[in-house]
Amino acid sequence: MGRLRIATVWLGGCSGCHMSFLDLDEFLIDLAGKVDLVYSPLIDVKEYPENVDVCLIEGAVCNRDNLEMLLDVRERTKVLVSFGDCAVTGNVPAIRNQLGARSSENVLQTAYIDNAQANQRLPSKDGIIPTLLERVRPIHEVVAVEAYMPGCPPSAQRIRALLECVLEGRPPKLEGEMLRFG
Amino acid sequence: MAAKTLNINGKQVSADEGATILEAAIEAGIKIPTLCHLDGVYDAGACRLCLVEVTGVNKLLSACTTRIAEGMEVHTDTEQLRKYRRMTLELLFAERNHTCSACVSNGHCELQALAWQNGMDHVRYDYCFPRWSVDASHPRYGLDHNRCILCTRCVRVCWHIEGAGTKNVAGRGAKSFIIDDLAQPWGDSETCTSCGKCVIACPTGALFTRGSTVAEMERDPSKLAFIVNARERKQWVV
Amino acid sequence: MVIEDLVEIAEKERAGGKKTIIRCCMAASCMSSRSEAVKAGLEKAVKDAGLSDQVEVRGVGCMRLCCQGPLVGVEPGNILYQKVEPEDAASLVASTQGAPTDVERGDPEQPFFKKQLSIVLSNSGVVDPERIESYIGADGYKALHSVLFEMTPKELIDHIIASGLRGRGGAGYPTGLKWATVAKTPSAQKYVVCNGDEGDPGAFMDRSVLESDPHSVLEGMAIAGYAVGANQGFIYVRAEYPLAIKRLQIAIRQARQIGLIGSGIFESPFHFTVDIRIGAGAYVCGEETALMASIEGKRGTPRPRPPFPAESGLWNSPTLINNVETFANIAPIVRKGADWYASIGTAKSKGTKVFALAGKIENTGLIEVPMGTTLRQIVEEMGGGAPGGASIKAVQTGGPSGGCIPANELDTPVDYESLTRLGSIMGSGGMIVMDESTRMPEVARYFMEFCMDESCGKCIPCRAGTAQMHHLLDRIVKRQGTARDLATLEELCDMVARTSLCGLGQNAPNPVRSTLRYFRNEYLALLAPGSNGQLAREEQTANSH
Repeated sequence: MGRLRIATVWLGGCSGCHMSFLDLDEFLIDLAGKVDLVYSPLIDVKEYPENVDVCLIEGAVCNRDNLEMLLDVRERTKVLVSFGDCAVTGNVPAIRNQLGARSSENVLQTAYIDNAQANQRLPSKDGIIPTLLERVRPIHEVVAVEAYMPGCPPSAQRIRALLECVLEGRPPKLEGEMLRFG
Repeated sequence: MAAKTLNINGKQVSADEGATILEAAIEAGIKIPTLCHLDGVYDAGACRLCLVEVTGVNKLLSACTTRIAEGMEVHTDTEQLRKYRRMTLELLFAERNHTCSACVSNGHCELQALAWQNGMDHVRYDYCFPRWSVDASHPRYGLDHNRCILCTRCVRVCWHIEGAGTKNVAGRGAKSFIIDDLAQPWGDSETCTSCGKCVIACPTGALFTRGSTVAEMERDPSKLAFIVNARERKQWVV
Repeated sequence: MVIEDLVEIAEKERAGGKKTIIRCCMAASCMSSRSEAVKAGLEKAVKDAGLSDQVEVRGVGCMRLCCQGPLVGVEPGNILYQKVEPEDAASLVASTQGAPTDVERGDPEQPFFKKQLSIVLSNSGVVDPERIESYIGADGYKALHSVLFEMTPKELIDHIIASGLRGRGGAGYPTGLKWATVAKTPSAQKYVVCNGDEGDPGAFMDRSVLESDPHSVLEGMAIAGYAVGANQGFIYVRAEYPLAIKRLQIAIRQARQIGLIGSGIFESPFHFTVDIRIGAGAYVCGEETALMASIEGKRGTPRPRPPFPAESGLWNSPTLINNVETFANIAPIVRKGADWYASIGTAKSKGTKVFALAGKIENTGLIEVPMGTTLRQIVEEMGGGAPGGASIKAVQTGGPSGGCIPANELDTPVDYESLTRLGSIMGSGGMIVMDESTRMPEVARYFMEFCMDESCGKCIPCRAGTAQMHHLLDRIVKRQGTARDLATLEELCDMVARTSLCGLGQNAPNPVRSTLRYFRNEYLALLAPGSNGQLAREEQTANSH
């Protein structure tokens, strides 16, 4: 059996989950000995590869880029793990959904015009700034997800517990207080 | 007072006549999840988390409002009940804007704890994202409707323990919300004594002490039961 | 007031009858099509023609065929006029003297009328609901006298038990049994409550009874008060029924004036007063514990049962709650006997039931039929089927708590058990007919929206569950739902039904469940393409704008 192909993806989130991933400290070395990290914001790979065994997805689905990326990830990955509260619940990025059906316009208006002290102007640059979705969505609203890892961020202990399931060939699943949101 | 014997989850249990199933279970060390129940005030039977199965009864009964009977056979932890409890919690999380990570009660929240205790790893329903305000008009306390689960514990302590009758519920259905007096800003209330019992009673981060930031709100609702015990039974033991 | 006084009023009323009686429907439906002006016109025409000593114009309650209103009946001759205009008055009055008239005639012999059996509605369209003498003339208050002087409360309750009457509010609990429980609960103070908070869309049975024959309800309540040992009654009527409230107020005032309500009724030691409480528009107040909270002046939200009202109701006293139609059955049962009543209907459902026919049906209106009449007889023979010859697709009974019964089950007899077996309920008597143009998922969404809006918000499954179910139904109707959404919907139906605090939530999934049971293909046809419970990629990106 070949080495497990693992990826991590960063959608609409603060990257805190990835920082927590780095908190795995020396376990990272064990991990590096057992798996291939084939895609991650932590490494320099541009294109999400085919045949990924496990992918941790941080962040909510906020814009067109997030959506396209997620759909690609789903097609090319066996086990998707919602990684952190933004991925699982929408969390802070989804607060803008309270602005209503046109939240994508409203959030820009609120941030860049209504509450701006100076230089009131909507950011726009075709092909550079991705279009916001009308509604920020957690991962499982868009594609099927095999496992959930709540936490803001999930502690290194939680990440490790889930990865150990993967390494031992068990279906990834957290239990008890490991499931606490926030 | 006569005692009654009943069976909870296969265990023979005795409790005072007139006790509720919940009281009997607690006495026997059997944990039933609750949310709207609060020691010291009357029960509403509203959150439906404490529903139990009673042999011979077709309907599920709320343990907090159902009196025990001799020979009653109660099941508190069947697969069916666990499923309904998880669904109830998911409905609550989807209903308003419970962003745990940015909540004053993060880490000390009954709703948050019930979620992991009942294995809720995600919410299968679409989040509603309603628009609710925060009432920060009171000099000492605040009310964040986004985090309110309408358990009415604050309403009941306000009427039953403090006797001020400031808090109440207005509106219907998902649009119900907690009000002060005649739905005016809390700070303008003429009846509120600023006793803070409602804040102590709140299971989530809906009611908070102003100035607290994420994860800082810790409360001890047993103080409320202590007041009631002292008042009604003249028991002062902490 | 003693029995001789009552008899005297009755005889005077009957003897005072004029040669010709023109009955003009003064219930809400006909009044909304100007029957007040018709009645005023008729009165003026009678006066102008100098016929005041021969012709009586009588405002009466519901004459049932609401869709043809305003309705006017002429006796003798059993003549029915429909869609009468105020301008028709002179011609109509002249016709009573033999002149020809071209006012539109209705057919009193059509099945809509002939297949009815009137007990609750026997005075409806006949007596003047605003004159107590008119009710007394139709044997009114005789039953109250006979129970006070000829029966012990125990005998009376046994009589009601023997009649087999079951609650007409929907659940069908045996009325006599309920009375017996309240009677046996010891208390110095007990109450009788009449539930007139009829709120189901398309239901207007109770409104019609209250507008047409308010005294029958008062008499039933007083008899119940005697049976259970209560001296205070409350009628809870929704504020949306101003005419019913007005007629009840008149009825209570008149009954009190001549000593049929109040202290020492018929100079017996029995006291019974009745007060009206007006609902503020919350559907949930039709639920008995919420209704009692509302009467007590509290927020109208239900509470868990037990304790049942019979044990602990209004202000913690034993309380008997029955529906308007149930009370209206009482005096006839006392007058004509339990055996007579028990001879009507089916083995387990006795007597008659009033239904309000509405929706895609030719004859919209009010009917009273023996229990066990089939749905087909009701909607096809009596109702005349769907307009324009369209075929009937389903009949919705029981309002938002009921279900949709498909056309192939129309031969089902209407009784409590049969309707429950089909996934619906008898309910209070609303019957909404749907033709082939009706889309069932939309019907389900409509009723779910109703329950969502009317949920009181106290318990989570009903408050949040109905909102999620409505959201899912909305998505399915808009062709954006997936197979997973349908599965989630069905799981929620089960959960909300099993865990909600009161009947509103427990029954809110019924319209969804019954339409899924009989019309599942309509849901499946609406599902969006996709696999594994997820929308297809093209759908996802298309929806993202």
